[in-house]
Amino acid sequence: MDLAQRVIAVIAKTQHLDAAKITVDSSYEELGIDSLDGVNILFALENELDISIPDEAAKQIRGVRHTVEGVEKLLAEKAAGAA
Amino acid sequence: MAFRRVVVTGLGVISALGPDTAAFRQALQAGRSGIGELEGFSAEGLSVKVAAQVRDYDPARHFDCKRLDLLDRFSQFALVAAREAVTHAGLEVAGDRAGVVLGTGMAGQTTEDETYFGLYAHNQKRFSPFVIPRTMANAASSQVTMEFGITGPGLTVSTACAAATHAAGLAFGMIRSGQVDAALAGGSEAPFCLGSLRGWEGVRVMAPDTCRPFCFDRRGMVLGEGAGVVVLEAEERARARGAPIYAELAGFGMSSDAGHITQPSEDGPARAMQAALRDASLSPEAVGYINAHGTGTNANDLTETRAIRRIFGDHAGRLAVSSTKSMHGHALGASGGLELVATVLALHHGVLPPTANFTRPGEGCDLDYVPNEARRAQVDAALSNSFAFGGLNAVLCLKRWA
Repeated sequence: MDLAQRVIAVIAKTQHLDAAKITVDSSYEELGIDSLDGVNILFALENELDISIPDEAAKQIRGVRHTVEGVEKLLAEKAAGAA
Repeated sequence: MAFRRVVVTGLGVISALGPDTAAFRQALQAGRSGIGELEGFSAEGLSVKVAAQVRDYDPARHFDCKRLDLLDRFSQFALVAAREAVTHAGLEVAGDRAGVVLGTGMAGQTTEDETYFGLYAHNQKRFSPFVIPRTMANAASSQVTMEFGITGPGLTVSTACAAATHAAGLAFGMIRSGQVDAALAGGSEAPFCLGSLRGWEGVRVMAPDTCRPFCFDRRGMVLGEGAGVVVLEAEERARARGAPIYAELAGFGMSSDAGHITQPSEDGPARAMQAALRDASLSPEAVGYINAHGTGTNANDLTETRAIRRIFGDHAGRLAVSSTKSMHGHALGASGGLELVATVLALHHGVLPPTANFTRPGEGCDLDYVPNEARRAQVDAALSNSFAFGGLNAVLCLKRWA
């Protein structure tokens, strides 16, 4: 499963939504995801991917694509750190 | 300024006696106890073996899963009871002329217990952002305001075992003074988690068998859970809309023992009962029934009996006193709500609920405790007593609506 799909799966699970209805272009607003739900998604992503999402980055996330990109960057940093 | 009269127009209950007010009333009138074997805990050496738990409860029947993420069990119970009370009352409560005042003793302790288990046992590093909004003491009150669009005053009262009675008393005052026209009042509690059970075990007030208030062989209290919520309404408004009126809430009295953090006194409860009677402008002789705090502990039942004797004098021998905790258990911050509903039902239907599990009266317990069988009796006024750990006492005075 690619990263976008993993992120979508996490969003679907935490929001009790059908994953098929979420695309990388979905905004949180369209999905009915409020700020507290957004924080919960980050919490679930941190657990799923074993990363730490900084509070500052967390405040800016508005949609699925943005989330995937942010997570991708953090994973790359983590990989670089481990190398 | 003339005070307005306040009436009870809606009742909502979820308890060990069943999922609603009808089941609650049926059990109370049959003298059937909801106390049974403690379920869901297999901790080694746990001395708490019996409990009055809400059984066959499926949260998914009441809430969608997204909403449930944010609801600790104590908030769920509050919402279930509040929905029933509002439906009963047939009242549109949205807007700023209604308020919500709910009590709880332990709030979201189940959520807290699970969370801390992750932290201390598994070194869990991250926590869900829902932990705090589920756990906070005002969660249930806030959820109820959100459910009904109630934009008037909302607050939570936390005075342990007296919380719901204090809550109803404060809501009563708000309506009486004209601050609001209606309020949802009562309390909810969901104290069954291992940490809390161990804590209660530590106080050494838990009965190993069952709850036998005022009996010679009483061995303590039995923990319960649930919620009791009523709709209180200004009398003239309730009448104008042709609402069902179950009883009048006529007075409220409070006191503090200023004594000991767990030992009850005779003086504090006596002063609270006196204050409630005075507030309702009733003489002690007008009261025919007292729903006692009646926890089943050695200390409470004796001091409460003495306090009743002190306030009612000779009349104490003529009034009926029962503890419905013998049936719905001691649901802490919810108990005053459950007992308020029990008292309203007693006045409305003319059936006094018994003290169940009754054997023989304990030494110094010399009142008419309505042993084991409900009694048909039309009484005109009743008290509902709640005395908290920490000596914070609250008493409601209700009158039959005729």
